Amino acid sequence: MMRGAALQGDQKILETRGLTLRFGGVEALNGLSFFITPHQIASIIGPNGAGKTTLLNAITGVYPPHTGEIFFRGTLISRLKPFQIAALGINRTFQQAQLFSNMSVLENVMVGMHPRTEAGFLGGVFHPPGERKEEKKIREKAESLLDLFGLLPKADWMPGHLSIAEQKRLEISRAMANEPELLLLDEPVAGLNIRETEALGDLIIRLKERGQTIILVEHNMHLVMEVSDWLIVLHHGSKIGEGRPEEMQKDSRVVEAYLGT
Amino acid sequence: MGKKNKIYLLIYALAIFTLPAILQNNYHLMVLNIAALNIVVVIGLNLLMGYAGQISLGHAAFFGLGAYLSAIFTTTYGFPLWPTMIMAMVFTGIIANAIGIPTLKLEGHYLVMATLGFNVIVYIVMVQLDAVTGGPSGFAGIPRLQIGNFAFDSDRRVYYLLWAVSIVVLFLSLNLIHSRVGRAMAALSHNEIAAKCAGVDTESYKVKIFVISAVLASLAGSLYAHYITFISPGTFSFFYSIQVVTMILVGGMGSLWGSAFGAILLTILPEVLHAVKEYNVLIYGLILMVVLVFFPRGLFPGIAEAFGKRRREVLSDSRKQLALEKRA
Amino acid sequence: MTLSLQIFQFILSGLTNGSTYALIAIGFSLIHNATGIVNFAQGEFVMLGGMFMITYYTLLNLPMLPAFFLTVLSVAAIGLLLERGPIRRAKSKEILILVMITIGASIFIKGLSMILWGKNPMTLPPFSGEAPLVFLGAAVMPQSIWIFAITVSVVAALNYFFKATMTGKAMRAVAASRRSAMLTGIPVDRMILLSFTFSAALGAVAGIILTPITTTSYDVGVMLGLKGFSAAILGGYGSMPGAVFGGLLLGILESLAAGLISSEYKDALAFLILLTALFFRPSGILGRGRLRRV
Repeated sequence: MMRGAALQGDQKILETRGLTLRFGGVEALNGLSFFITPHQIASIIGPNGAGKTTLLNAITGVYPPHTGEIFFRGTLISRLKPFQIAALGINRTFQQAQLFSNMSVLENVMVGMHPRTEAGFLGGVFHPPGERKEEKKIREKAESLLDLFGLLPKADWMPGHLSIAEQKRLEISRAMANEPELLLLDEPVAGLNIRETEALGDLIIRLKERGQTIILVEHNMHLVMEVSDWLIVLHHGSKIGEGRPEEMQKDSRVVEAYLGT
Repeated sequence: MGKKNKIYLLIYALAIFTLPAILQNNYHLMVLNIAALNIVVVIGLNLLMGYAGQISLGHAAFFGLGAYLSAIFTTTYGFPLWPTMIMAMVFTGIIANAIGIPTLKLEGHYLVMATLGFNVIVYIVMVQLDAVTGGPSGFAGIPRLQIGNFAFDSDRRVYYLLWAVSIVVLFLSLNLIHSRVGRAMAALSHNEIAAKCAGVDTESYKVKIFVISAVLASLAGSLYAHYITFISPGTFSFFYSIQVVTMILVGGMGSLWGSAFGAILLTILPEVLHAVKEYNVLIYGLILMVVLVFFPRGLFPGIAEAFGKRRREVLSDSRKQLALEKRA
Repeated sequence: MTLSLQIFQFILSGLTNGSTYALIAIGFSLIHNATGIVNFAQGEFVMLGGMFMITYYTLLNLPMLPAFFLTVLSVAAIGLLLERGPIRRAKSKEILILVMITIGASIFIKGLSMILWGKNPMTLPPFSGEAPLVFLGAAVMPQSIWIFAITVSVVAALNYFFKATMTGKAMRAVAASRRSAMLTGIPVDRMILLSFTFSAALGAVAGIILTPITTTSYDVGVMLGLKGFSAAILGGYGSMPGAVFGGLLLGILESLAAGLISSEYKDALAFLILLTALFFRPSGILGRGRLRRV
């Protein structure tokens, strides 16, 4: 499988080598090796249980792999803690939106900026001028991000009162608050209707046009085909194919995996 | 912290500082003085429980550490009062850091048990190390609070000092809640994995908040020792740890104002029930159970919620009435 | 007395206390397995066991065996009330809230006991006299033998119950996976009720057999409960053999520490063990088994 010339950048932004992760005897990821180049949308697809979400969890440090390595821009990240990985510039969303329902929409996005801001306990307790300036910056940036995602009018709402589509957008905007080099989206359109799915698909493409590198885990094949530059197909924790979407559509092994012969 | 909170603080401070003009009975002032100290402990504990989402049933130990360290070093060794108080806070903070790191990796009820176990160990040491601590009969002769030549030798004078400290602690804590750190803590208490993946170093924050809550308890303990001038281990048993947690639960976890009022209410309550002092323990247990069973989010939030519902119903009724009248 | 004989003596008396810790620890495990919570009132069940026995046997002059069974029934009823009442009716099912409710219950029970029975320590006469027997050079109280015998019988009976009876197997199923148990038609609520009732009964038995040796009063509950919990963690939280092992081990360590190091700090030792166990052991409790699917 060769990378087409149409893809930009020949650096590997993310690479895994021989990634293996076990859950109580079951191998969720089995010697998985692949890499992603920047400024494109790479989609991870495969039947249920193929290990897609586990892969995202491994990349973000939620579950450390048993064997194998993960490299982000050449740096080994497989043994780092989740907050360190976020500070390096990888952010994610979850299958079911994990929002902080005890704070407002705006504050959710403000938390997303945590790794790029500094104020500590002393700053928080005494509110010196430097801290106040930073808070103002955080607030303004969060508001502009909400505006970009069409959520600014609801900035003071509680997340529980948003629709599912809005909650998903909020989660993405929180992830984007950190200006991550790599954005991981875990089934962003699950539970959305056709109109909402299209809108979110447009949003994802717009993010890519701004230069964002995205790894997308999705079941919705229509969306995947529409937005992806590259597909990686998993089955039982191993990679059974990768390539451009049109190629993968015709690949016999991939079709077989989905039909489950 | 928002205009609302600033206004509330102002009204609160005004009310607190004008109260002594009305209260002539020193006993009442003393009860309120204890309430002020309880508020300091409870605010620290609420930061830990309500905002960082961790539970501790051992804070009486930190309260006691502050009290005994201040008492012993100022009385037996003649150290100066205020530096000793700060030293006690530092020392308590170091201990809290040491036990916090392994303890806060535990979850839920294991954390509860570990903190309770710590409380018991400290209590036993207070009782057994009697050459130093005075043992079960207590430690007396602790020097009174004073700044320079000004001695706080009446309940009235102490009132202004303790409540000033209490209000400052509330003010600074409200600041903290409305800051980057406050948001990080709230995030981690609600959804730890999402907080981690958003970049919050949850383990480090948990320990830091634990240390802060311990240091605040130590401060309150030192002030207590110099105020009452006599301390004994009984004050620092796990029953006190449970009392402060009850104050938080009554006031509503995560609400600093609620904690303050919960502390005032539950400090006054046993004194009101003075006639039936035997029933103190029984009633505490009953309150704890009733509040937790029926108002798991706290007594004040629960009552506020009930009121809120009533008002909304009334509003919608009057709108319906208006609509009917228009048709007619 | 030679050192080795002293140590042997300490071990024997340690096994005595250890047996009761084992019974208390089993009580903790039962409720934890069924509900996931730590029942803080467990220690109070032990205290109530002693108190009720004193009431029935000493104050009301009932013969020993009926008093024994009546006590166990009374305390079991209280356990049942606790589950049916505050626990069942709690608006929030969060584990932490439920644990705090058991704390409230334990304080309430303690306060009530203080009013009903007063503050003075009380005791029971040993079941079969006080003359110590000699075993391999060490002195053994007859009561200790009763304690061993009763503990062993109870553990054996529980073992049979869990392995060979339908109800016992159902309770094990609930412990393994509540959802699966529910799906296969097991009345989970009733199993939870049973776990509370059993735990209370176990606590009562522990209280009855221990009181002749250590006396009892309204406030012994907390210490005993905490020690029982330490034992459960020490031996492997949630398993019955673990609870027994942990209880006996804790009893022996405590006795050796009291005899060889210092008897004043022996209580602190139990909690030091608890803290150490919680800090270093949790790999079994907190490790891979606790990973949640995100």
